[in-house]
This record gives sequence, C-alpha cells and structure tokens, in this order.
Amino acid sequence: MSADAIPPSAAIPPSAAGTPILSIESLCVTLQSARVLDQVSLSVSPGEILGLVGASGSGKSMTALSIMQLLPAGARTSGAVRLQGRLLTGMSEPELRGVRGRHIGMVFQEPMTALNPLMRIGDQVAETVKLHLPVSAAQAAEAARGALDRVGLSAADVALDRYSYELSGGQRQRVAIAMATVLRPSLLIADEPTTALDARAQAQILRLLQEFARSHAQAVILVSHDLAVISQVTDRIAVMEGGKIVEQLSSRDLMRGVHHPYTEALLAAARLAPKRASPDRRDSAPVLEVRGLVREYPGRRRSLWRRPPPFRAVDGVSLTVHAGETIGLVGESGSGKSSLLRTILALDQPQSGEIRVLGERFSMASRGSLSRLRRSIQVVLQDPYGSFDPLWPVERLVAEPYHALDVPPGAAERRVNVATALEQVGLSPADARRYPHEFSGGQRQRIAIARALILKPSVIAFDEAVSALDVLVRAQILELLAELAQRLRLAYLFVSHDLNVVESIADRVYVMQRGRIVEEGPTETVFGSPQHAYTKELLAATPRIGEPYL
Amino acid sequence: MSRGRARGVAFTVGAAITLAFIAVALLATFWTPCDPTAISIVDKLQLPGRHHWFGTDQLGRDTLSLIMAGARNTVGVAFVSVIIGLSVGVPLGLIAAARRGLTDEIVMRGNDLIFAFPSLLLAILITAVLGPGAVNAIIAIGVFNIPVFARVVRAGALTLWTRDYTLAAQVAGKSRARISVEHILPNLAGVLIVQGTIQFSLGVIAEAGLSYVGLGAQPPTPSWGRMLNEAQSLTALDPLLALFPGFAVVLLVLGLNLVGDGFRPRQGADR
Repeated sequence: MSADAIPPSAAIPPSAAGTPILSIESLCVTLQSARVLDQVSLSVSPGEILGLVGASGSGKSMTALSIMQLLPAGARTSGAVRLQGRLLTGMSEPELRGVRGRHIGMVFQEPMTALNPLMRIGDQVAETVKLHLPVSAAQAAEAARGALDRVGLSAADVALDRYSYELSGGQRQRVAIAMATVLRPSLLIADEPTTALDARAQAQILRLLQEFARSHAQAVILVSHDLAVISQVTDRIAVMEGGKIVEQLSSRDLMRGVHHPYTEALLAAARLAPKRASPDRRDSAPVLEVRGLVREYPGRRRSLWRRPPPFRAVDGVSLTVHAGETIGLVGESGSGKSSLLRTILALDQPQSGEIRVLGERFSMASRGSLSRLRRSIQVVLQDPYGSFDPLWPVERLVAEPYHALDVPPGAAERRVNVATALEQVGLSPADARRYPHEFSGGQRQRIAIARALILKPSVIAFDEAVSALDVLVRAQILELLAELAQRLRLAYLFVSHDLNVVESIADRVYVMQRGRIVEEGPTETVFGSPQHAYTKELLAATPRIGEPYL
Repeated sequence: MSRGRARGVAFTVGAAITLAFIAVALLATFWTPCDPTAISIVDKLQLPGRHHWFGTDQLGRDTLSLIMAGARNTVGVAFVSVIIGLSVGVPLGLIAAARRGLTDEIVMRGNDLIFAFPSLLLAILITAVLGPGAVNAIIAIGVFNIPVFARVVRAGALTLWTRDYTLAAQVAGKSRARISVEHILPNLAGVLIVQGTIQFSLGVIAEAGLSYVGLGAQPPTPSWGRMLNEAQSLTALDPLLALFPGFAVVLLVLGLNLVGDGFRPRQGADR
C-alpha cells in the first residue's frame, strides 16, 4: 500500500519490547487553584488499548489533553509525561508541534466540528502529512488515500474531493481517525469517539481502533464515560474520579472480584437492568394513537422544469400508546424518529394519516383541538444545555407550558404548582428562583421533566432524553422516570438510539428503519428473539458488559 | 486575567468619552458658553484664551459653543438613525428568521438591494433629492442602518431557532411571533448593543461627511462637518480651526468603538 512509504514514527527509534510507549508519572494539574489532576500515573504498551473511564469532570479529558500538552492557559503542571522515553513535559512549543500529529494522534467526540467544512477531506488528511514530512502534494494525497482506505473509506465510497458535510457521522469520525493515524503515530488518543454515533457506526469505529492497536503494535487510549464500551474493546481500564485514578485493572477482571466502590457504581450504572415485566396495559384505553402517518419533506431541486420527488421521512407509521404504558421507539439517526415525534407534537403537518389523542382525532387546523393536544402531550428534549432560555429563571421556564391553557393559573397558584413539580423531580422549591446555568446537566434534565409535568399530561415524549448524560446521572434519571410513571400513571413515548436504555425502561418497543416500523412487540420478545434483520443488527451492534461484541 | 482587565479599562474609557459627548450634547440644548450663531467680526480668528477657550472662527463665533452645539446635532442625527435602523431592521430580521421561505427571501434580497449601493453616495443622492437638512440626513443614514440590523438579527435568530428551548416553547403552544419576542429578541440584546454602538459611530462619520459636502444640517445650525469644510480654506491662517471639530469626530468615534469592543467578551460569556 502506498501509505507504507511512511515509516511508523520514524524520528523516534522503535522502543524495545516491553517498554511502554507512554508513561505518566505522578502528573498533577492545577487550574485556577483547583486540582484537576492529582498524582496520575499511567503507562501504555505497544499494541495495548487502555480505557480511561469516569463520570464527566473526573479528569479523563484533562489527562488526554495533558498528554498532548494542550492544557488551557494558566494551568500549572508537575510530574512527567514520557513518550517512548522522551520527556514531553517541559518541551518547547515548536518541539511539541513536531510530536503532535506525528507521534501522537487524537480523535475527538464531535466529528462535525473536528473537520473543516470548507476543506476537501483528502486535503485535510494530506495536510497532516505535509506538516510533518517533506513530501510532494502527490505523495501526500497518496498517503491520505491509503489512510482513508485503512479506515474503510474506499475510493469508491468516499472520493478525496468530498466535503465533510456530505458524509454521515460515522464516516466523518472515520475521516478524523484517518487524519490522526495517517502518519502511523505510536500513540492514538480517542476522546469519547463514539458518543455522538449510533450503534452500528459505534461498532465500526471501535473495531477500527482495535485493529489499529493489534495490527500496527501502536498504543491506544480510549476515553469514555460508558463502561459498556470500554469493557468491550480495551485491554486495561483506569477508573478516574475527582482527578485521581482510583483503580487500574485488566478488562478481563472487570466482571470478577470486588472493585473500588466507584468502579462498582459505574458498573452498576452501565449494566442497566432490563425492566421487570409489568402488567400488560394493552387493554387499557389508548392515550395516543397514530394511524398511517406520512410526513414528507420537499426534495432537493435538481432540474428547473421538474418538481423533485418529496423525501418521505415518515412512511405510513402506526403506533399506539396506552395509559400508563412506556413505549420505546428505537432506530438509527436518519430513521425518521425525530420527524415522527415532531409530527406527533403537532410541530409539523403530516401529509396523511391521523393522530388521536385521548380518543379525539386531532387536527392542526382547529385551535381547540391543538390546545387539547398540547395539554395532553409534553416533551423532554435531548440537550440539557439548549433546552432552556438562559435568561429565564426556572420558575418561568417550568411554567411556560401554561401558555397552552385557555385560562392560565394566577401567580400564586403557579408558584405552588412549580414548587410541586420541582419536588416531584427531586429538586427543591427554592430552585425556582435560580437560572439554568447554575445547574448541572442531570439537574437540568430534571427541570425539563418538571416542565413536562406541569400540565399533568397523559403522555410525555422523550427525544434522546438521557443520551447526553453520563452513566451515573443517566441511571438516576431513568430511576426517576420509572418512579414518576408509576406514581402519576404517565405514559411515555421514549425515543432513543440506545437499546440498553430502551430495554431498561420500555414495556413495548417499536423499531423504525427508513421511515417505517419494521418490528414491534413487548420489549422482552423483541430484544430476546428479534425477527427482523435490522433489529438483529442493531442488537448485535450494542455493547453490553459481559457479553460478546464485535 | 490581565487581558480581561485591559478590556475593562478600554470599555470604561470608551464609555466615559461617549457619555461625556452625550452630556455635552444634552447640555448644549439648554446652554452654551456663548451663542454659537452670534457673529462678531471684531473677535474673528482669536486663539484659545480666557474668553474663548477654543478660540473663535473667521466670523468671530465661539468655537467651543460651535463644537457643543455641533455635538448636539451630530449625536442627535446618529442616534435617531440608529433608532430607525433598530425599529425597522430588528422586526424584519425576526420575521425573516421566524417565517423563512419566501418572506425570508424577499426581506433579505431587499436588504441586498440597499447594500448594493455605495452607502454614502446614496445618502448624498437622497439628501440631494429631498433637499439638504438634518431630518433628511437622518433618513438617509437611517435607511442604511435597516439592512445592517436586519441581517445581524436574522443571523443570530436563525442560530437561536435551532436551540431546543424554542422547540419547547412551540410545544407549549406559543406562536413563532411570540417566541421571537419572548425568547429570541432578549437573547440578541448583547449583539444589538454592540452593533448599535458601531452603527452609532458610523452615523457620526456619515453625518460629518454629509454636512461637510453641505447636505447635512443647514446654516446657521452648527455642525462639525461644515466647521471642517469652512476651516479648510483657512488652514494656513488658523490650523486650530480644523483641529477642534476633527478631533471631536475622532474622539467620539473612538469612544463608541471602545464601548462596542468592550461589550463583546461579556456577550460571549454566557455560553
């Protein structure tokens, strides 16, 4: 292959077998008088994948950045970071630039923002080569092609002159890996590389990282909050909490023996227990019925004369939610889940089909019908940061759905109701006067749930509502949701690409692919003996602790 | 940190300069040391001194009083033209972002049309057609502020419309117009203040330019632009005559720009 013209990490002699590629000795980092890393010691050997796991704020990303010596301005460091025996701490900036990209590659969480949308992907990959080696443009392009081939993006699939926005999320992340590995660095750091991807793309990326370590004897550090992912692909795991490494263990030992309490907590949170079989509610009254729903978007115009065929995002979907029932809706990104949800929430007008709420056929044309729908269905959205107007206090935010009532309650009653809703989600009534930025991601998601509860709806729709949370917080929110459903007899429509989460909360599941429902049934049946090939594929691509994967 | 503090100092200095000019402009509506229109040929072209702090011009008018009254004229014209730009441009930008589609196209292409003309030339055209004068200068400058604010608001609003809280508000049954007013506009306040100060300073320059070519406020209303024009032929005799109005324009524009810059980091602070 052409890319073999580039020797692996040429400037540094290959380390003798057994000596680690990276070693960190008692690394401490202080940022604005706060200890963010405390006596961190790690080492990674050739061909080894080390998992760095912990909740958000535990210092995982900070460790990754300090290996690259890319800490924020004002950070004070002590301790030593060595790459193949060479001391990185205290190296000058020009020297470091020679190391970054050449000897250490890095892949970040968000593939969209890691790539320059104005540069052809071939040029982006080739840029790394040109920065570090005296090669011609043609040689660099050749190396870029080789790197893209190695990450499974063949010339037929993805030509060098494509742009990042033309690619899917998984493809973009593969381009990012090609950029990071084109020079065969001895160490690859991947910081939450699959968190933004759905199951099948995630499996492909993880397989790629494994290959990178195995076949090129290079070291990989995989940073993630998800122990299910970490346990499946790594050789060794370092667990971080509060800037410290609390435990280091072999991945094989994860399921054996007793661990540090924090490791146990992460383990428990990552192994979501499947929902206990709940009474069949299919004979109770349906609160939401969708029949033959079609939602089309206008297609991209290619000809001046002909109207383009519309794009069918939702193609004849029917589903039913009974009172008190939790329905899971799974599918990959682009399967039409969000379009379906938008139509159900009456944010978009369907082209055909009907929606019944509490038995009443709903029409967007009738104001009365629209306001009854608003009262019956509320929503909790994915992004705990974008879900709230930063200028509004919590009380006003939580009370916003009152707009849907013809006669909104007075100020005193509103205050009481907001306080009740906040208490229901485990917050204090005093929080009503605070602003969203004062809360953590998990607390914000609680506020979002309080906002959904305020109108006492019959159905709450959740759009990837726990996907942005880390595992410990996710477990707490899921527990809260289960408790609220029971106590308030709420029905949920829970949309997610994460099958583990859906299995832990849903009574029944619908599987959606390309705008259609391809399989439906009780959660146990669908997950236990999936019938449709797509469902099987999704399940196979979902990492679970202690089960074979990849 | 030190950079933040430096910005803070710049902002304070800018705000002090700007407020000083506004205070002078307000003061000039009630009081100036001398009557800025009083001609006294015997006192012509005096150097700065005890009676006339900034000296006098070729007609013996007190330069300080002229500068003060000129400030009132310039600040007034620039301010009102910013208000015109805000009150027409902001709703247009909000509507374009909220409705998208054809409305967006019409609004934005209309803006492009105005942007396509060299602004000062068209301002000269407008004042030449409508006749010179402060009111027409306001209209001419104000018209060019409209597309500036419309664009800034539309761009900011489009980003905010992708935030989930606008979706949550829609689920609460709020109309797009209501969401624009309750959620979008308040979150654009910072951007509008920055753009407002920039347009204010551009308005100051534009007003000075228009009255320099004789299309702004008409005599005897004092104006910095015309003072510069009149001083031009007398530069050899009395260079100070050009210095004071010129310096006034530079100082006010500088102050406004410092204020605008100072607002930026705060705007970026809230996520």
